[in-house]
Amino acid sequence: MAKYIIKRVIAAIITLFVLITVVFFLVRLMPGEPFTSAKLTEEVALNMEKYYGFDKPLYMQYFQYIENLLHGNFGYSMFYTNKTVNYIIGQGFPFSADVGIRALMLAISFGIVFGILAAKNRGTKIDFFCVIVAILGTSIPDFIMGALLQYFFGIKWGLLPVAKYRGFEYTILPACALAFYTLASVSRIMRASMLEVVQQDYIKTAKAKGLSNFRITVKHQIRNAIMPVITMLGPTVASVLTGTFVIESIFAIPGMGKYYVESVTQNDYSMILGMTVFYGMFLVVCNLIVDILYGIVDPRVRIGGK
Amino acid sequence: MHVEKNKKLTKEMFVVMGKNADDMELIIRPTLSFWQDAWRRLKKNKAAIIGLIIIVCYGLLAIFAPFLSQYEYSTMDTSAIDASPSLVHWLGCDSTGRDLWVRIWMGARVSLTIGLLSATINMCVGAVIGGLCGFYGGKLDMVMMRIVDILYGIPSLIITILVMVVIGKGVMTLIIAMCIVGWIGTCRFVRGEVYRLKGQDFISAAKILGVPDIVIIVQQIIPNVLGLLVTNLCMAIPGAIFQEAFLSYIGLGISPPNCSWGVLAKEGIKMLRVAPHEVAAPAFFICTTMLALNLLGDGLRDAVDPKLRGTD
Repeated sequence: MAKYIIKRVIAAIITLFVLITVVFFLVRLMPGEPFTSAKLTEEVALNMEKYYGFDKPLYMQYFQYIENLLHGNFGYSMFYTNKTVNYIIGQGFPFSADVGIRALMLAISFGIVFGILAAKNRGTKIDFFCVIVAILGTSIPDFIMGALLQYFFGIKWGLLPVAKYRGFEYTILPACALAFYTLASVSRIMRASMLEVVQQDYIKTAKAKGLSNFRITVKHQIRNAIMPVITMLGPTVASVLTGTFVIESIFAIPGMGKYYVESVTQNDYSMILGMTVFYGMFLVVCNLIVDILYGIVDPRVRIGGK
Repeated sequence: MHVEKNKKLTKEMFVVMGKNADDMELIIRPTLSFWQDAWRRLKKNKAAIIGLIIIVCYGLLAIFAPFLSQYEYSTMDTSAIDASPSLVHWLGCDSTGRDLWVRIWMGARVSLTIGLLSATINMCVGAVIGGLCGFYGGKLDMVMMRIVDILYGIPSLIITILVMVVIGKGVMTLIIAMCIVGWIGTCRFVRGEVYRLKGQDFISAAKILGVPDIVIIVQQIIPNVLGLLVTNLCMAIPGAIFQEAFLSYIGLGISPPNCSWGVLAKEGIKMLRVAPHEVAAPAFFICTTMLALNLLGDGLRDAVDPKLRGTD
């Protein structure tokens, strides 16, 4: 087990390193300069470049950046000149995480329940309903879902607040919009995996032993069928996270996604770099946790797996 | 009934009832190639056929609808700003008075092209790299798989966004950006599939018979992977359309007055309170396209999956 974890950790560190390097040089390749505003005199612009270290050769900047990163310092934003990237991430991330976690909990719990219900009642109306939800869910992009929910629940029926983020009732629509796609894919995978597990020999053994139906379902089927859902968790977190970009802009939530999209359009080098690295780190760590979790739950992975 | 005991059986007692070499070799059912077989199964799947029909209709409309309409996709008509759907403007007009019906199909050209092209390129690149790695194995495979593993750990959308920022907006750049990391999924899956096939007896037999590698790849491996690849392609197109819509939505894809479904949705959402039909139209077409492709993909998967052979 220790060997397995060490391997995963090393792989994660390499991934992160590659990510940081690629993103650093990609951002430097961006067309346009951050200090081209007409208001700036040449002298000021030069000073600004010095302030951000752009006068040094590229490789020096790179090592400087890595060193700063190791100290947990993402540098200053170039648009909000008096704020650090750390500060902006600190401002926005709690909101993003809040919506994200609500959506994830909603998606995973309902997705698994739908999947189980569908598989258990295969061929009935319940199954049909769950499959329809799953297909619809994977066919509606989250920004359209967001707009639809906002229109019907917020504007037309006036049941829930349209935008902003001030309390529980404000979180319902964004979380639902964000969760729907993931919910659908989780329920699809759970259903397929449940149907596969039912055919396994150990289920027949359990039946032959005379275990109750409930026990077989909970202890033998669900436990085994849930494995593919766990594997999916890494990419799921990624998709929910990128989903927050648009959901935040639709519902006017002051989260990180909004800043990320803004920084892209404003040529804010250090902000793009910092946020991308932050997102990347976050996802790599999530994947690592999922990998280790997987190793704990399924012994085959750590013994046989590479 | 009386049976004579110990009666000897002689050759003369048996008559040949009609042995004919031709009859023995006769195949009663028509032979079906793999694709005929798959098509036969696909035809039975109503949902998949509906999906196929929707896609074909949308494709035709995207090609012909802009020609057949009296409106131009970029001509603004100040008298028809935010006009509701009517007989004059079938889907109404947007906030600058452009006819939405025409814009939807101009957008469809862009969205469908991007979806199809980027998914196809991703599939080809991924299949070639994955296939080579899986077939030859060894050091090449080792190195490639390490690279793929690392790239797989990086969220692809973030890289796509950055590449878009670097190389600028536009249809071609969008496709390039989506292809830079998009092939990795196919590569992993094709490699696994080829690796599995390589171990099977018919490949070993071909090798022992001295068939050159290239012929094995063309005649044995490719036909065996093709079905799954087509299914995969069908599933990848909605993903690509989705990504295009997403990128256009955050302002990195296609820029006005050109349009794609993502751009139309973005413009529509801004006008949600005033003119909900402006978001309803692109939303409807994006969702039905994705739905149709998903249904078709599901049907194709069932149709080409050999595990299901003979079960229906």
